[in-house]
Amino acid sequence: MNLHEYQSKKLLKSYQIDIPNGQIISSQIPDSIKLHLKKNTAFVFKSQIHAGGRGKSGGVELINNLKDAEDFISNQLGSKLKTYQNLPHGQPVNKILVEEKIAIERELYFSILIDRQTESIIILCSTEGGTEIEDTAKKNENLIFKEYISVGEFPTEQQINNLSKKLKISIETYLEFKNFLQNAFKLFLEKDLSLMEVNPLIISKNNKIVALDCKISLDDNALFKHETLRDSFDWSQVDEKEAEAHRAGLNYIALEGTIGCMVNGAGLAMATMDLIKHSGGLPANFLDVGGGASAETVSKAFKILLSDKNVRVVLVNIFGGIMRCDLIADGIVSAIKDVGIKIPIVVRLEGTNVEIGKKILDQSKLNITSADSLSDAAKQAVLFSKA
Amino acid sequence: MSILINKNTKVICQGFTGRQGTFHSEQSIQYGTKLVGGITPGKGGQIHLGLPVFNSVEEAKKETDADATVIYVPPKFAANSILEASNAGIEIIVCITEGIPILEMLEVKKTIKENKSILIGPNCPGIITPDECKIGIMPANIHKRGKIGIISKSGTLTYEAVHQTTSIGYGQSTCIGIGGDPIKGINFIECLSMFEKDPETEGIILVGEIGGTDEELAAEYIKNKIKKPVVAYIAGVTAPAGKRMGHAGAIISGNSGTAISKIDALEKAGVLIAHSPAQMGDAMREALGN
Repeated sequence: MNLHEYQSKKLLKSYQIDIPNGQIISSQIPDSIKLHLKKNTAFVFKSQIHAGGRGKSGGVELINNLKDAEDFISNQLGSKLKTYQNLPHGQPVNKILVEEKIAIERELYFSILIDRQTESIIILCSTEGGTEIEDTAKKNENLIFKEYISVGEFPTEQQINNLSKKLKISIETYLEFKNFLQNAFKLFLEKDLSLMEVNPLIISKNNKIVALDCKISLDDNALFKHETLRDSFDWSQVDEKEAEAHRAGLNYIALEGTIGCMVNGAGLAMATMDLIKHSGGLPANFLDVGGGASAETVSKAFKILLSDKNVRVVLVNIFGGIMRCDLIADGIVSAIKDVGIKIPIVVRLEGTNVEIGKKILDQSKLNITSADSLSDAAKQAVLFSKA
Repeated sequence: MSILINKNTKVICQGFTGRQGTFHSEQSIQYGTKLVGGITPGKGGQIHLGLPVFNSVEEAKKETDADATVIYVPPKFAANSILEASNAGIEIIVCITEGIPILEMLEVKKTIKENKSILIGPNCPGIITPDECKIGIMPANIHKRGKIGIISKSGTLTYEAVHQTTSIGYGQSTCIGIGGDPIKGINFIECLSMFEKDPETEGIILVGEIGGTDEELAAEYIKNKIKKPVVAYIAGVTAPAGKRMGHAGAIISGNSGTAISKIDALEKAGVLIAHSPAQMGDAMREALGN
């Protein structure tokens, strides 16, 4: 679960990490800031969305007069900001963070995440903070510094010292860096984060360590431990259909194609999308209805699929394991009647009681094509999508 | 022969009297699995499905000398259940539960390494040696005893591989769903090594998916250590790049993790790639030269 920058910074602050002074605005510029702008004090205006690359897309600007500030607000608020990380639709800007400008001496990169391969927590740092960090990592791995921390342990004095040396932290700033790192690590553990990225982490002209930008993601599996944070999630950042699916307990991702997919299991859902493309069609979505595909979930899933106007055919691919195929077929038939579907439906069922299931579909007199195999289902769906 | 479990494997169930535990335990007993009891704290001393209920795994281990356990405990408590089983000396721990916090899984991994327990999962369908022992939620009737070993990250795709190898008459020696979580128990490599040594297994199907580097590491291992024919299917070739936050993920994974990178690595290791999920069986037929 992703947090906005302003929410992430609030967390940092509660862990004694320095952030720039700032204010969040969702409509008008408050008088206090107006007053300063009139005197040409510079502020950083930052549109809040769940994606990086804002700076290059006009979502972050340094502004020192009221007119520019008002222009920025009216352009950004309520609009959709598109960056290279959230194409093609972009995400709506509902809040803007206005911060004091800080005199920067150096920009560093800092992140904490979980490393699958070593099954430990990893701290990544670089002297090359800023937006080009991925290129830096590719071109010159030596500029990325890593320390691994086994679960149950904390960064040792030695590890902190290592990083500090590599980051060329001065003696005057060492203690502050150490505090920053320990607090950041504590936050990572206590709030069950899956990612904390501070980029840039800056050293200011007066030798302070300040988190100028921050991205935080929480481990979805641990949200039950952090209810307040869970409830602070901004659903406007997610595709509307995806949000609705989430509430119905379905795993859905909207795509650009014309073949709606309803599948049980994430792996099979991905495989079905691959097969559709392989057969010359384009999937409209990824949808995993989970193991217990009941009539109710199937019905909800149909409704979500059909709210996408590009969908010209629905391909249902269900491997009935524990759930019998005849029950699934009943569910599909009643869902189609319930929702009132006009477009063709291709169904591929496999598993327990598959013959009875197929019979139910055939006898329903609905616009259902029962496919014989996985490949056949994909072919039929592609044909319908082009008809 | 088979790997990890057979008709003599004594199995207990954690979360035995819950809805899931009850349903799947019934199925397992029906299949012929040697289920010897279960655990539900506070219900020790009761009889459930004709079997004794214990308060703790330690107690169950002492009374039944179980070799394996299957966990159907809700995600909040599942990590503790794994730890409890490992500390009680259970050799094989199968965790079906989905949604265990990742930091808790890191702790679990540390402990099971120390105790030398084998963890399968979490978030997986389980493991089955057809006609002998079924531990998990897979539909029994699609399986057939035979010569193909199956290792898979995805539940329903395992069923596809099973169904196809049954249809062409090969059957399976053992099928293991290892789960697709970033931090999990046994991985492709451990399973590959066991299948290589198992005389009954003549070919291996590996089902992977995008994310992580498990498949790339498996490819390296296959190239050096596996003589038996291996077929692989990788799901997610057309999956869109996920909406992501920040740069850290990209820095750490570089170019690995995509379907293309995995398929490339596996092909270079001599693995026959099934390009469609419907062709895993056919690919195995080709790999075995039939």
